Amino acid sequence: MFSLVKSELALVWSLFRQDAGHNRKRMLLTVVAIGWGTLSIVMLLSFGEGMKRAFHKGTRGMGENIGVLWPGSTTRAYAGLGSGRSISFQDHDGEMLISRIPSLAAISREYSRRRGLTVGAKTVNARVRGVDPSFGAIRNHVPQSGGRFINEEDMRQKRRVIFLGEELAQDLFASQKVVGRELSINQSVFTVIGVAQKKAMMGMYSGPDKTQAAIPATTFRSMYTDAKVGNFIYLPVSLQTADLAKAEIYRVLAAKYRFDPEDRRALSIWDTRENQRITDNIALGIQIFLGIIGALTLFVGGMGVANIMYAVVKERTREIGIKMALGAKARQVMAPFVLESMVITGAGGALGTLVSLSIITVIALLPLEGEVADLMGRPTFSPAIAIATSLILGAVGMFAGYFPARHAASINPAESLRYE
Amino acid sequence: MIEMTGIRKVYRTGRMEVEALRDVDLAIGNNEYVSIVGPSGSGKSTLMNLIGCLDTPSSGTYKLSGENVAGLDRNQLAEVRNKRIGFVFQSFNLLPYASALENVALPLLFAGVPDKKRNQRAKEMLERVGLGDRMDHKPTELSGGQMQRVAIARALVNHPAIVLADEPTGNLDSASGHAIADLFGELHAGGQTIVMITHDHTLARIASRSVHIRDGEIVEDSRVAA
Repeated sequence: MFSLVKSELALVWSLFRQDAGHNRKRMLLTVVAIGWGTLSIVMLLSFGEGMKRAFHKGTRGMGENIGVLWPGSTTRAYAGLGSGRSISFQDHDGEMLISRIPSLAAISREYSRRRGLTVGAKTVNARVRGVDPSFGAIRNHVPQSGGRFINEEDMRQKRRVIFLGEELAQDLFASQKVVGRELSINQSVFTVIGVAQKKAMMGMYSGPDKTQAAIPATTFRSMYTDAKVGNFIYLPVSLQTADLAKAEIYRVLAAKYRFDPEDRRALSIWDTRENQRITDNIALGIQIFLGIIGALTLFVGGMGVANIMYAVVKERTREIGIKMALGAKARQVMAPFVLESMVITGAGGALGTLVSLSIITVIALLPLEGEVADLMGRPTFSPAIAIATSLILGAVGMFAGYFPARHAASINPAESLRYE
Repeated sequence: MIEMTGIRKVYRTGRMEVEALRDVDLAIGNNEYVSIVGPSGSGKSTLMNLIGCLDTPSSGTYKLSGENVAGLDRNQLAEVRNKRIGFVFQSFNLLPYASALENVALPLLFAGVPDKKRNQRAKEMLERVGLGDRMDHKPTELSGGQMQRVAIARALVNHPAIVLADEPTGNLDSASGHAIADLFGELHAGGQTIVMITHDHTLARIASRSVHIRDGEIVEDSRVAA
C-alpha cells in the first residue's frame, strides 16, 4: 500500500517536473497575488486574535469569574413580612456566607466613600474602599514590586495603611514609587503600602480601580461608624460551582433576612461570567468576520491561480493530447495541474505568512500606549490561525487547480492533436 | 490483430451531420504493413483515430487482439493506447521541454514503470533508432529526421501490437524520409505490425498492402506480394 502511494507520488512528481516552470514571470505574479491574500488573512486574523486577548484581559481586569452582591428590596410578602422591604447587609455576613457555603472560595465586604486625599498642599477627591485582605486577589489588585496589599495584621490592628490605584498615586505624588510615603484623609495620616500594577479593565461598577484607594475594612469601620456594607464580592470555587454558589447565597441570606429565596429582587448579583462570555463571543465574532474578509481576498488570489491554470491548460492542449495518445489516464493528466496550482498557492502562502510574521514582530516592538491600544491589543499569531490559513490555502489551491485540470482531462485527444 | 466490422462514424456540427465513415470493414493481420491512402477529407484520419483508439465509432464493432474496444471508457482506452499502440505523427509531437530520453520514456511513465527501468528501456530504444548519442538533447536541438526517430523510439518503447503512423515523412526532406522509410522496413522485417497513412510512394511501395479510401468507404484493398 505504502509503495503504491509512493510510486504514485513519484509519478505525479515526474509529470510535474516536466510540465511546470514555463512562464516564470506570470507564475511569480500569481504567487505574489496569493501572498497578498495570505498576508491579509493572517494579518486580519492576528489583529482579531490580539483584540480577543485584549478583550479577554480587559473583562478579567476586575477579577476573573467573580460575582458582585448588592442588597435589594423584597417584591414578595414572606413569613408575615410585607413586600418592598429594603435589605441591608451586616458587617459579618461575609464570614457567615463563606463558612456555610462550600462552593465559595473567597469573599470580601466592601465599604465605599468618596473622600479627599491630601498630600502637602494637594488634595484629590477619590473613592476610598474599606475591604478585606481577600479583596486583593478576588479583584485582581496586584501591587507593583516593593508594595503589598492589605493583610490580616492590618485588619487586626486597624492600621492606617492605604493601597493606591496607579493613576491616583501618580496624581497625588507625581510618582508611582511611593510605598512608605504618607497622605491624610480627614486629618488622619495613612501610610502607602502598595501601588497597583497597570491593568486593562473593561467592566467596572464604581469607576476604574486605577483612580481609587483601598484601606482595611476594620479601619474604615472605625473611622465611619455609620458605614454599611455597600456590597460583597465573591469568588466561586470553580466555574462549574458558580451557579450553585449563587443559589446558596440566596438561600443563606433569605433565611437570615427572612425573604422568599425565589424573590430575585431581594438581592442583586452581577455574575461577571456573563460579561466575559458575551465579550468573548463578540471578540470571536469580530475575528470570524475579519477571517471572512481575509478569506475573500485570498479567494480573489485563488481565482488568479485558476485563471493562470486555465491559460496553461489551453497553451498545453496539444501536449495534453500527445500525452493522452501515449496513454495518460485522466488522473495522470490532471495531477500535474493540481500539483502546480498547489505549489503556486503554497509558495504564495509561505511568502504571505513570512511577511505577516515580520509585520507582527515589528508591531510588537512599537511602543503603543492609550485606550485604543489597550482595546485593540497587538496582532498575535496563533497555531489556530496557522491551521485556518493552511486549510483555506489548501482548499484554494485545490479548487484553483482542480477545475482547470478537469477541463484538461476532458480534452479530446484526436482533436487536440490537430490543434495548433 | 485488427477486426473492424460495420464501422460508422458520424460527426455533428451544429445541425449538420457528417458521415465520415460508412460501413467500413477492415481486418489487418499480424505483421502486416498496411498503407492507407486517400484524398484529404476521405475519412482516412477518422479511420486512423478509430484504429488508434483516440476516438470511438458511432456504431460497429472493433476488436483489437480479440478484445472489443468500441465500448471502453476514456481511461480504458488510454490504457489500450498505452500498451498496444505506438503513434508516429507527421509533426512528431514531441514534448518540446523534455529531452529525447524523457520523451521516449513517457509511455512507460504512464504505464507506471519505475524510474530506473524506464530510463534503461528508453535508452535501449534510442540506441536502436541510432540516437544513442542524443539522449539529453531537446527536440529543438535535433533535426527533423532525428525528431522522427525519437518519436518512433517512443512509439516502440512499450512493445505495442501496432505502430500507427500518420504521414511520418510528410515534414522531412527526401533523404531523411528515405532513412525513416528504411527504419519502418526494418521494423516490419522484425515482425512489427504497421498501419500507415501516407502519400509517399516510397513508403507505400514498401507496404505489403494498400487500402484506398474515398468518401468514407474503402474502395480498393490490394495486397502486394512480399
